[in-house]
Amino acid sequence: MEHIRTTKVEQVKALDRFSTSNKSLTGTLYLTATHLLFIDSHQKETWILHHHIASVEKLALTTSGCPLVIQCKNFRIVHFIVPRERDCHDIYNSLLQLSKQAKYEDLYAFSYNPKQNDAERLQGWQLIDLAEEYERMGVPNSHWQLSDANREYKICETYPRELYVPQVASKPIIVGSSKFRSKGRFPVLSYYHQETQAAICRCSQPLSGFSARCLEDEHLLQAISKANPVNRYMYVMDTRPKLNAMANRAAGKGYENEDNYSNIRFQFVGIENIHVMRSSLQKLLEVNGTKGLSVNDFYSGMESSGWLRHVKAVMDAAIFLAKAIMVENASVLVHCSDGWDRTSQVCSLGSLLLDSYYRTIKGFMVLIEKDWISFGHKFSERCGHLDGDPKEISPVFIQFLECVWHLTEQFPQAFEFNEAFLLQIHEHIHSCQFGNFLGNCQKEREELKLKEKTYSLWPFLLDDRKKYLNPLYSSKAQRFTVLEPSTVSFSFKFWRNMYHQFDRTLHPRQSVFNIIMNMNEQNKQLEKEIKDLESRKNKQTDGVPTKELLHSIHPESPSLKTSLCFKEQTLLPVNDALRTIEGSNSADNRYSDYAEAFSKSEPAVVSLEYGVARMTC
Amino acid sequence: MRTGRAQAELLLGPEAPRLRGTLCVTGHHLLLSPGPQDLWLLLLRNVDSIEKRVAGESGTITLRCKDLRVLQLDIEGVEATLDIARSIEALSSLESVITSFPFFYRPKGLRLGDAWHFHPPESYYKRVARETKAWRLSEVNENFSLCPSYPRAVIVPRAVDDKALALSARFRQGGRFPVLSYHHARSGTVLLRSSQPLTGPQKRRCAEDEELLRAVLAGARPGAQGFVVDTRSAQAAKQARMAGGGTEAKAAYPGWKRLHRPLERGRPLQESFVRLVEACGDLEQSTDHWLSRLEGCSWLAHVKEALSTACLTAQGMEREGACILVHGAEGTDSTLLVTSLAQLILDPLSRTMVGFQELVEREWIQAGHPFQLRCAHSAFSHARPKHEAPTFLLFLDCVWQLGRQFPLSLEFGEALLLALFEHAYASPFGTFLCNSEKERCLCEVRSQTHSLWSRLNQPKEQRKLRNPLYVLNPLALWPSVEPQSLQLWQGLFLRWTRPPEPPEVAWEKVWQIVTEKRKTDDSQPTASASEPQP
Repeated sequence: MEHIRTTKVEQVKALDRFSTSNKSLTGTLYLTATHLLFIDSHQKETWILHHHIASVEKLALTTSGCPLVIQCKNFRIVHFIVPRERDCHDIYNSLLQLSKQAKYEDLYAFSYNPKQNDAERLQGWQLIDLAEEYERMGVPNSHWQLSDANREYKICETYPRELYVPQVASKPIIVGSSKFRSKGRFPVLSYYHQETQAAICRCSQPLSGFSARCLEDEHLLQAISKANPVNRYMYVMDTRPKLNAMANRAAGKGYENEDNYSNIRFQFVGIENIHVMRSSLQKLLEVNGTKGLSVNDFYSGMESSGWLRHVKAVMDAAIFLAKAIMVENASVLVHCSDGWDRTSQVCSLGSLLLDSYYRTIKGFMVLIEKDWISFGHKFSERCGHLDGDPKEISPVFIQFLECVWHLTEQFPQAFEFNEAFLLQIHEHIHSCQFGNFLGNCQKEREELKLKEKTYSLWPFLLDDRKKYLNPLYSSKAQRFTVLEPSTVSFSFKFWRNMYHQFDRTLHPRQSVFNIIMNMNEQNKQLEKEIKDLESRKNKQTDGVPTKELLHSIHPESPSLKTSLCFKEQTLLPVNDALRTIEGSNSADNRYSDYAEAFSKSEPAVVSLEYGVARMTC
Repeated sequence: MRTGRAQAELLLGPEAPRLRGTLCVTGHHLLLSPGPQDLWLLLLRNVDSIEKRVAGESGTITLRCKDLRVLQLDIEGVEATLDIARSIEALSSLESVITSFPFFYRPKGLRLGDAWHFHPPESYYKRVARETKAWRLSEVNENFSLCPSYPRAVIVPRAVDDKALALSARFRQGGRFPVLSYHHARSGTVLLRSSQPLTGPQKRRCAEDEELLRAVLAGARPGAQGFVVDTRSAQAAKQARMAGGGTEAKAAYPGWKRLHRPLERGRPLQESFVRLVEACGDLEQSTDHWLSRLEGCSWLAHVKEALSTACLTAQGMEREGACILVHGAEGTDSTLLVTSLAQLILDPLSRTMVGFQELVEREWIQAGHPFQLRCAHSAFSHARPKHEAPTFLLFLDCVWQLGRQFPLSLEFGEALLLALFEHAYASPFGTFLCNSEKERCLCEVRSQTHSLWSRLNQPKEQRKLRNPLYVLNPLALWPSVEPQSLQLWQGLFLRWTRPPEPPEVAWEKVWQIVTEKRKTDDSQPTASASEPQP
């Protein structure tokens, strides 16, 4: 609180970043301990979490006031004009302080209180149980065992305590191998494919330099391939471009030498590193933020950012992985440099292609817990939760979500969850409202006592399950058990709802999705009511209906009473971007540079009543 | 025609199974019968380009169709291959209208002459007459003498007599004097279309033409302003004066202002289409290359320009209460694109199944868009383009974009747009034949061919064409025209190349949910009605 100098500023204008009409909303800006709040004259509230703020910029003073541009990690960009420069300066300074915390303990999760008792909180944390998940996959079994080697985080600090390794891998082999792997991240099981008995394993790069080798590591790889009784050879996938991997050799790291390992097939797949990804997304955002962007500049900007090329590279790698397992029945060991960015992407996406469980709401949570959280994807550093090295920030996880979104587009019936679910998860990797994504590895999370001091996100998402259901999901469709996505260039598209989530004017004005969702709901409810009615009718033996029954004949069915539109609003996800804008205002759109020609005689005032009028259906 | 009969194998696409059977070329069709019961059939008119290759004892013919399909035929025998290729080549490029297939097509279940009187301008006039008295139906063009590309009847200001119309027609290219395209009852304004005035280098004027536009303003809401939306750049309009054309001089038309919104047309538009289709056929390219080709072809930029000009027009009418006259040069291409899209934006009736068919009939077919010239070839032809331009396709694409942004507001689905695209380029029906109403009369299209509309309005077709989620939206549709909001129409451009995984499957599911809802909705009252009354 000590950072907040001004808590309330009136007569602040908010500009729409894509509108050329210079239309603005006037309202009051409030600064709370956790949020920046703007309430406009229509009483519409815009809440911005301090942790979501990526940058604050104060532009040169204009006649109408002092412009303040706030860019958020969820790609919201707001443009305020504060009438007095002093107020603007105060808010600017406060936000700078509030958006960059130095200590974990100052993050929102440690003060967030959803009014649950300790038992409920603990129950929430127990919702996802990875031991249960490995059991679901069918491990431990005669080939794979639970190893207690890392129980005290002695072998690898960034791995979880519980690790699954081949039955024959003894502790000395594990210890030896871990010494030969960057950050001690030795090969362990990520996913076991019961049907083929092949496994996805993950690790970091070997410290091979130009010629070093390690017998234990060679043994461990041998053990992994032997754990697959069907196929004796295994793939080692280095997810880096070959050049990067070679450069690492000079630093005493590198990649496996095929001659030293028996029965391995080595493969580079060429996903670029976190720095390339960061600047690629940066470029993409720059292009899309341009006011008055032309179609051709949009596509050439998309091309030069390379973002879709990178997304495709991740997808290609996952497909390679899934094919190796399904077609060749071969186990695969995946690594990159440290094995927590690209490796997490490829392992999780590969599992998602192979196993329909991960395409359910609960399964997707498990997948994120397993391949990202527990295996030490550095969420806090990659998302910039604390004031730290900006070079560690990178959209690796976003890229994973985008790949999943592309799959949902290609397979509209294969996923239980919808786009809103992905967007909500994205919202919360940055929000620091829940404990799940804080810290960089399990050890750190335990030290922070997150399970005692913060809440888990997952139960909250499950409570809101209805918002995240895909109405087209068909769990029965057997042919979707293994997804074989197309990677033809046209299959990769710009994810508008992610990068322009808050730019309402760019979105479709009506959402099919919500309507279908509601219809589905109504169908279910009506069917239930009909069944109820029938069963009651059957029970009635004397044929003379009682008063109570008569009442139930005309049930006050909420689904019938409320119109579609009304229901739509109540069922909507929290993101107001997904709200439908029926009708809409032509002045929101740039139809013409000549548009002014029309209204030369009149002042450029646009009344809102045209656009926001909602359709009655 | 040479005898074309041979054993052949047909490959419909990279994923599709092969068909094997006897191949046969008839006067209008390519037939392949894989079994005694099966028959695969291709209208020869649909063939856009043909490529033959022979090797050893067999040959291969690649047919690229106007609906963007690519077919491969493997034929036994070199001689047979060459014969068949020659036959297809000769028969697919026949120019004569009256020997074309629609004049021979007699499908079961349809009666000749049905639906041909479904959409005459007269029926639209009835609606206008209910809304305002300022307009009348003129039959001044009864024998197509004033304007060969207009229909017999046109809607003009009541205050202007036929004699004045005749003089105005002489002052406009091709005789296309300003006529009513749409009356917007809510704002009391009108949308007009015409061709360019023939001002020429001497800046000629025409009193009757000026009078006509003055009468338009006088008949509209009091104090209404007029805007001329010229679909050419100011410079192009000026240059047109050298060739006898030009644009309305400010001084001559008080109350009217000019806006220039250049839209791409003619050859550049055709080239854009060709390049886009080329890019869409390349399955091997990198994403970067794809994006740069998407940019390079500029198709979506044309979509954006067309949509935003239409929005500007609609905005002018609804917001500014202005009357708008749209024209380019001939007034048969981009003009129609703008006027028809503006109606779709403003008029809820034109978004219904019937209303949209009427719109296409009235604003494209009857309004004299030269379909035969524009759609003579599609994107694959090697022939030098002469008059080809995918203006109508651009219109369909814009409608599709509207449908994407307002998925509940159009009564028809993508399938109708695809059907119109196919039939505009090659059709067994007469609807899109010829270049104007006059030509259609000469060829007796109405009495000798079937109308596409009667086919489309058959109940079994309707199920495919309707949008299950439609609810009447009485508001204007203001689409976003930002590049992020416009999408490539995959259903058309990638129809034959995209993987079979299927938006169609999802669509089927949507249908299911909707019909289920209707069922439960229906059964609810029955459940209560069947209860015994006390």
